[in-house]
Amino acid sequence: MKIAGDFRGTLFIAALAALFTLIAPSILNFVTILTLTQVIGLAILALSLALVWGYGGILCFGQTAFFGIGAYAYAIAAANIGGSTGAIFVGIAVAAIFAAMLGYFIFYGRVSDVYLAVITLTVTLILYSLLRRTSGPEYKIGNALLGGFNGTGAAPLNIPGDGAAMLFPEQTFYVAMAALILAYVFCGWLVRTHFGRVCVAIRENETRAELLAYDTRAYKLGIFTIGAGIAALGGIFFSVGVTRVTPDIFSLSQAALTIIWVIVGGRGTLVGPILATFGLYYLTASLGTQQLINTNLVLGVILIAFVLLVPQGIVPTVLNWLTARRSARTDRARERRVRMRRPRAGARGEGA
Amino acid sequence: MDLVLSLGLQIVYVIANLALISLGLAIIFGMMRVINLAHGEFLMLGGYTVVVATNNGVNLWFAMLVLAPLVVGIIGVIVERLLIRWLYGRMIDTLLATWGLSLLFIGLITSIFGASTTTTISPPLGVVTIGDYTSSGYELFLIGVTIALLVAVYLVLKFTTLGLVARGTMQNADMAAALGVSTSKIYMITFGLGAAVSGLAGGLLAPITGVLPTIGSIYIAKAFITVISGGAAILAGTTSASILLGGLNGFISFVTGPTMGEVALLLAAIILLRLMPTGITGRFFKKSQ
Repeated sequence: MKIAGDFRGTLFIAALAALFTLIAPSILNFVTILTLTQVIGLAILALSLALVWGYGGILCFGQTAFFGIGAYAYAIAAANIGGSTGAIFVGIAVAAIFAAMLGYFIFYGRVSDVYLAVITLTVTLILYSLLRRTSGPEYKIGNALLGGFNGTGAAPLNIPGDGAAMLFPEQTFYVAMAALILAYVFCGWLVRTHFGRVCVAIRENETRAELLAYDTRAYKLGIFTIGAGIAALGGIFFSVGVTRVTPDIFSLSQAALTIIWVIVGGRGTLVGPILATFGLYYLTASLGTQQLINTNLVLGVILIAFVLLVPQGIVPTVLNWLTARRSARTDRARERRVRMRRPRAGARGEGA
Repeated sequence: MDLVLSLGLQIVYVIANLALISLGLAIIFGMMRVINLAHGEFLMLGGYTVVVATNNGVNLWFAMLVLAPLVVGIIGVIVERLLIRWLYGRMIDTLLATWGLSLLFIGLITSIFGASTTTTISPPLGVVTIGDYTSSGYELFLIGVTIALLVAVYLVLKFTTLGLVARGTMQNADMAAALGVSTSKIYMITFGLGAAVSGLAGGLLAPITGVLPTIGSIYIAKAFITVISGGAAILAGTTSASILLGGLNGFISFVTGPTMGEVALLLAAIILLRLMPTGITGRFFKKSQ
């Protein structure tokens, strides 16, 4: 299996996405653009898990913990600072620091796959029940009331340096898309650096990587922390899109959705989970409008079906199929050339 | 003195509660090294069994103690045969598949019964007074049931042929298979038993918490962390982790309120795993079940 394709492919997809960004406001209606900002936040979340799980091999079931912490930290910081620019960095930093502390216990304790999955999920669920109980007026950080079940308001983005100059929804969409594209290119670059390749090596065989004198714990902690920072960026745009942060961001179903995006899109690719996020969001949104089939039911069936039947996910399966077809075609072509050459060789043999 | 007794009883109840919701998960984890992410939904199904049965005029005790484990146990066996069986040896895929199952059950129950509580059952048994303090009789009953359940699991594992074969499979599945044990059948029975115990726990807790399609998520965080902290030994792991984490949770909750209690539980578990990555029974009581 090719570990990372080539970087030109990443840039090509990024260029396509940029093109989409430019034409989207003229072909899509206003409400769709508003919704898209939220979905872009979720897509960044899926991208972060694609990096951590697909390339780092770290089965993090609680990627939404960092997503949510980023969103909450952004909302609280924006309410206190009075502008969004600094708050974005605060959001990312808080989530990354939290991930680094949690990751220290996990990776330096050498907690393995299944335990890691369950611990990260448990952390998310504890955050969920913790924040749901913060409804009283005594739970406030600076000017920001945590608001318990109803959550807290997330300030819209503004022009850097001018807290009163809010961005319009279309401009917010541009910024969010730019963040997604930059995050995607960053991840595409990261997995091709020395650091990224060592992470992939650890995913493939941790013992061997360790015998080659790499400190696998530090590498895992590194990619885990970077992934958390990216997830926090997603959380910030999601909360800006929704204009609120509620504890539901930490709920079990949100954590499950994130896993489903990556499974459906495919582990070991970056663009697959992003596309799966958009596709499945559209699916669940259209399922949500009718009462006949329950959304959870459909998601459960999708998850089970993919694990049993398409464990690689859509994008790798399609790519493998294309590669197989191409190699079959080149095989046939080679065979044809050989067949055409053979009579000549035979003729020469007879002549001699 | 009464205060101490009452507080002690409260902490014992928290411990018993933790052990009760974790035991079914621990049985499956101990045998197959698989964390069943649909565990919360098995508890939820137990609760719904009790509600549906009592609404149809079945005696509450019969519904809780017999029907709930029976129904959920059968569901567990079906799930194992249809789904889990295909994923042996693929631990991560098993986790994901059981998570899919969890969503599926939530969706199914929501479609059938609606998203909110259908009927609540009030806890049977009255109030027990200890001096100036009162305690719920039903909580005392739950403590008793938990102890009985732990003893029963111990007896089954220690003194029956099934227990012997199950322990052998736990230690070395390949060797057990080479000696003629059908490990597939053992896994099926264990998964069914784990599900039945979860169903019993869900049924018993239904009168206290009520039932909702998403009720599983309030239990699972605590159940996961207990089982992971306990390690692979079913009984010693569950008991020691429940006593440690439940005791801490109960005490901190008493001092500062329930929010901090859960946070303390989680922090203690994370620090514990940093010190003992394979759980308490990975470090101590290695020879226990």
